[in-house]
Amino acid sequence: MLGALTTLLVFQLIGEVIVQFGGWPIPGPVIGLLLLFFALTLRGALAEPLRDTANGILQHLSLLFVPAGVGVMVHFSRVSGEWLPILAATVASTALAMGVSALVMQWMMRGREAQGGPQGKGGEGT
Amino acid sequence: MTPRINDVWVYLSTTPLLGLTLTLLAYQAAYWVYRRAGFNPLLNPVLIAVAMLVAALHFTDTPYATYFDGAQFVHFLLGPATVALAVPLYLQFGRLKALALPLMAALLAGSVTAIVSAVGIAWLLGASTSTLLSLAPKSVTTPIAMGIAEKLGGIPSLTAVLVMFTGVSGAVMAKYVLDALRISDHGVRGFAAGLSAHGIGTARAFQVSEQAGAFAGLGMGLNGLVTALLVPLLLLVWRWVS
Repeated sequence: MLGALTTLLVFQLIGEVIVQFGGWPIPGPVIGLLLLFFALTLRGALAEPLRDTANGILQHLSLLFVPAGVGVMVHFSRVSGEWLPILAATVASTALAMGVSALVMQWMMRGREAQGGPQGKGGEGT
Repeated sequence: MTPRINDVWVYLSTTPLLGLTLTLLAYQAAYWVYRRAGFNPLLNPVLIAVAMLVAALHFTDTPYATYFDGAQFVHFLLGPATVALAVPLYLQFGRLKALALPLMAALLAGSVTAIVSAVGIAWLLGASTSTLLSLAPKSVTTPIAMGIAEKLGGIPSLTAVLVMFTGVSGAVMAKYVLDALRISDHGVRGFAAGLSAHGIGTARAFQVSEQAGAFAGLGMGLNGLVTALLVPLLLLVWRWVS
């Protein structure tokens, strides 16, 4: 757990350093993600503690958005002037983007995984 | 010699302990409600926890900066959590690779839909130009969205609010939208949720399965990239047409 958390922080640190040196407009943790992904692929194996720690953090990913969410709602007054078009556009467009991308992907997958069996199927969810 | 409640409050409000503890308590209370309700998406834990904390700050007259002194420790974990996404991506890489073409097609279609429909609907409803520019990148993760809005002449802080609206509404609606369209595959459901509702959609997907989470994380990341390229391009087309 401690080793795994250190691994994540080290990759984030390398990512931040690369981004700062290169002046890239990409967040440092994203570079860290890519580097860890390549490291795992090269190694061809995933240590159990890293898997458990990663899953542990990602299971409660929602929690990590709470502080920023509070900050945003405290500044809610900025929206109130035009709240109707903003709220309508945001909600409708989010549903549309979700629906369109899901339908396109499903449509493109027809027949592609016919021999793949029931992998990833399931009624409840997301 | 018992300190008065006021003194205790003054002391606590200067340490990070209170903000951090309140964040964890509010989230766990929200999650408890969410679980008791059979994971009803309408009771999204981010939504409830944020509502409780905003109310608490409001009634105690606490400035956000004071709260954030403690809450920043939770906020900081977004970095390592982003790096941790490499693990599910690695585990699901076989299926992701096999589906590269459908994923790319869904990415382009979803990204264009998110930008054009957000701006189009708000324009029809009479929103101002700076609001429209702030709305365009609303489906992508906050730092990228704010960067895009700033470059285009939108209002980055308004974009941050819209990104949060998008994420929470996407996490709340995902089950209903995807069930109505009869999408049963966890990969497809996750990818659509992450693409349209970034990190909060991805968090929702991880509550369902590792596969949904991995596809959502990929959708979030790729849409951040594509939106940063597409928004300026679509704006050029729009200005040329009108």
